[in-house]
Amino acid sequence: MPFALLRYGLTKKHKPWRIIPPTPELKSSYDVVIVGGGGHGLAAAYYLATRHGITNVAVLEKGYLAGGNTARNTTIIRSNYLTPEGVSFYDRSIQLWRGLANDLGINIMYSERGHLTLAHTDAAVRTSRWRAEVNKQLGVDSELIFRDDIARICPQLNMSMDVRYPILAALYHPPGAIARHDAVAWGYAMGAAAAGAEIHQKTEVQGFDIEADRILRVRTNRGTISADKVLIAVAGSSSLVAGMAGLMLPIRTIPLQACVSEPVKPVLDPIIVSGSLHVYISQSARGEFVMGGSVDPYTLYSTRSSLDFAESMMAEMLELFPFLHNARMLRQWAGMADMTPDFSPVMGQTPVENLYIDAGWGTWGFKATPVCGETMAECVASGRQPALIEPFRLERFERFALVGERGAASVGH
Amino acid sequence: MKIMTCPLNGPRNISEFVCAGEVKPLPAPDAAPEIWARHTYIEANTAGVVFEWWLHAPSAYWFIAERDTRTDRIVRTMSVDAFNALGKAAP
Repeated sequence: MPFALLRYGLTKKHKPWRIIPPTPELKSSYDVVIVGGGGHGLAAAYYLATRHGITNVAVLEKGYLAGGNTARNTTIIRSNYLTPEGVSFYDRSIQLWRGLANDLGINIMYSERGHLTLAHTDAAVRTSRWRAEVNKQLGVDSELIFRDDIARICPQLNMSMDVRYPILAALYHPPGAIARHDAVAWGYAMGAAAAGAEIHQKTEVQGFDIEADRILRVRTNRGTISADKVLIAVAGSSSLVAGMAGLMLPIRTIPLQACVSEPVKPVLDPIIVSGSLHVYISQSARGEFVMGGSVDPYTLYSTRSSLDFAESMMAEMLELFPFLHNARMLRQWAGMADMTPDFSPVMGQTPVENLYIDAGWGTWGFKATPVCGETMAECVASGRQPALIEPFRLERFERFALVGERGAASVGH
Repeated sequence: MKIMTCPLNGPRNISEFVCAGEVKPLPAPDAAPEIWARHTYIEANTAGVVFEWWLHAPSAYWFIAERDTRTDRIVRTMSVDAFNALGKAAP
């Protein structure tokens, strides 16, 4: 057997299995141009091609595939939000997540761990109960649990009452999961390319030619192309790209930082979040503790890391998990989060007739990757706003019809 | 530790300050609700040098800072009176 493997390895006959599709020459026109080659844009290309038969699609990515927030989040997937609009939307995403590895033919390492949102104050317990009731009403597995159950589900937690913020209760969400983010983007890219869509890396959009509220052409660093429809899915750069089309958004770009420890043996099964302490943690498949905190205190178009974040996040984390004081930090990074005033996304049609937007994904975008692809593909293909994303229209802000999502993580409410 | 110079209190740790966003002109009090909605929620979200409202929280002192939102470089800080004297739109 080893000799057969060696012979196979040395022969020139086998073709290397190429995950990421090669970048072809740009054509002069496309039915749909998707700006942004992250998870959301690639998923939209995949569902446009496989569900709606629209294959003359170009995904334009200014850097490399999934090198933005798709690669910079902490991969937590859950649907235990607070607003009925949010819960229904994210729950559809969970349904898609569960079949995604089979649909895409790639192991996305979807791992259901259970998700605990700790409550340290009476106010937080009240909000957790409120969330649990909204969740149950909509068929989402979610319940309020107390100290005995918390200690049983996560015995690693420091349950002492002799700390600044003792743990009083938790919102328990058994379907809470993590996944391998790169594989998600690669899977969607492979699937979209296999169905006929083109993925263009290192292709930066520099402007739009607009006449009578319609985009005619998209100018890029590799030439100008004409487009019937355009979808913008660029996370932290949303205001800049939408600005090229004359749109102003209800978005501020704020860095969100995260870090991982050195890898250790598996010791932590559930995903633990504390809204009051502004920290969250899970252990990845390769043993690293993936940790994050709240967004930076002010706007910045930068992915720099700061010592302030590492210090303040770790101080809170050590109160929850004192054993982590032995673990060294391995990497720290930041992503540019596009924060909206109501912690809900901005999705669908815009005042420009053939321009669609998928933005405002702040600190809650990775878990929504499949459902964003599905709903935005439907929106672009039909030209109508799907019911699931009707509440997330851009124009809600002009009507003061916000969707206040206080179930969002990493943000103060 | 990043330092910001407060026009009233001098150089302080930036954790003592709160950023309240870009300076934008206030609509007329009787402007239409859509105009107020736009003023309330829509942001220029400029990538570059901007004037921003900042608060030194412990002393409750509001002032204006000029900052580059790509590099986080604080160009200068000034009192609201000094900002108005620049001849910009009155905040």
